[in-house]
Amino acid sequence: MNMCPDYIVHYMHEYLDGEISPEHELELKAHLSSCASCQKHMHELSRVVAFVQSASHITAPIGFAEGVTARLPKEKSKVNMKRWFHSHPIVTAAALFMILMSASLFSSFNDDQQFSFTKQSNIVVEGEKVIVPLGETVFGDMVVKNGDIQIDGEVVGDVTVINGTQYMASTANVTGEIEEINQVFDWLWYKMKAGAKDVTSFLNGKEGK
Amino acid sequence: MDALVNKRIKEVLKGDQNAFAEIVELFQDKLYRVCYRMLGNKHEAEDIAQEAFVRAFVNIHTFDTNRKFSTWLYRIGTNLCIDRIRKKKPDFSLDADVTGTDGLTMYSQVASTDDLPEEEVLKMEMQDRVQYEISRLPDKYRAVIVLKYLEDLPLQEISDILDMPLGTVKTRVHRGREALRKQLSNM
Ligand SMILES: [Zn+2]
Repeated sequence: MNMCPDYIVHYMHEYLDGEISPEHELELKAHLSSCASCQKHMHELSRVVAFVQSASHITAPIGFAEGVTARLPKEKSKVNMKRWFHSHPIVTAAALFMILMSASLFSSFNDDQQFSFTKQSNIVVEGEKVIVPLGETVFGDMVVKNGDIQIDGEVVGDVTVINGTQYMASTANVTGEIEEINQVFDWLWYKMKAGAKDVTSFLNGKEGK
Repeated sequence: MDALVNKRIKEVLKGDQNAFAEIVELFQDKLYRVCYRMLGNKHEAEDIAQEAFVRAFVNIHTFDTNRKFSTWLYRIGTNLCIDRIRKKKPDFSLDADVTGTDGLTMYSQVASTDDLPEEEVLKMEMQDRVQYEISRLPDKYRAVIVLKYLEDLPLQEISDILDMPLGTVKTRVHRGREALRKQLSNM
């Protein structure tokens, strides 16, 4: 029985893979009809295939898809934020410090969607847009949140627009910095700069006492 | 099917997460099944199959839509399963001297560490027995046997999924069948 050529077993597998040539198939059949041991081998292999294929077709458990959704990264911006923090460790440390200083840091960006602006006597408000009219001069910084600002006149100070756009007429004149903040990141950065000032003055104040 | 899947993929790329939920619905049974057969444990299978979907989502921009999505997804899933199986394996350096000429002996040694006594095996329900015998297969044969006989995939596709030459896949299917034949000799 050990005299059988190795290729007979190989032909058996070719046969099971459905890839046997007619010549090999003839040779295999001729051998099997005369060799009980190889016949048994072939039979066992066929039984193995049937046995494995008898495995039932199970399905994913209930709640599987919801589980995937729960594990997905929440939004693009958060993925980006994570990467950004990763490559800016010093800023991350500073941000962490700020979060400890002010627990409302993130929530204030998301929750505070109200249109608001720095009150000045000589400005005009149209819907969610603040206008500095032509010929008027605003003294002090202007901050507009969740709205736009149109500057036709003059601002002696900084102009900051959070979640909005600033429109500058050709006649406009702003002595300070003009900044548009529309992303969580910019907002974070803005808060950190503002926070740093606060922290500095806070520490200075303590020291003074 | 492929056209629908590619449409959903484009939506996912535009940032629509709900489109991905639809892809999960379409493929969850296939992927879970393969993971379950590979790992032999429902909790692990759920964990790994979910992880595979998360990785598919995160890396969806690398998927070439001219190819078959299921092949790509199966590849992520089987790689995770194989990693998990390898991590679970006991340190077999002590058994290294029993390595046979074709490496089969060492794998059999490792696989046999959680073998059950024969009378236990004979008492098993048919479905448990099938899963038990699949889990006893060395993992390099297990993957091809699962993909061929439980998922009914062509050898060429298995070669794409496992990223190995067609000839290697064939050899492993042959050896896998022979290994099962030996395992089942008492039936
Ligand atoms: Zn023979």
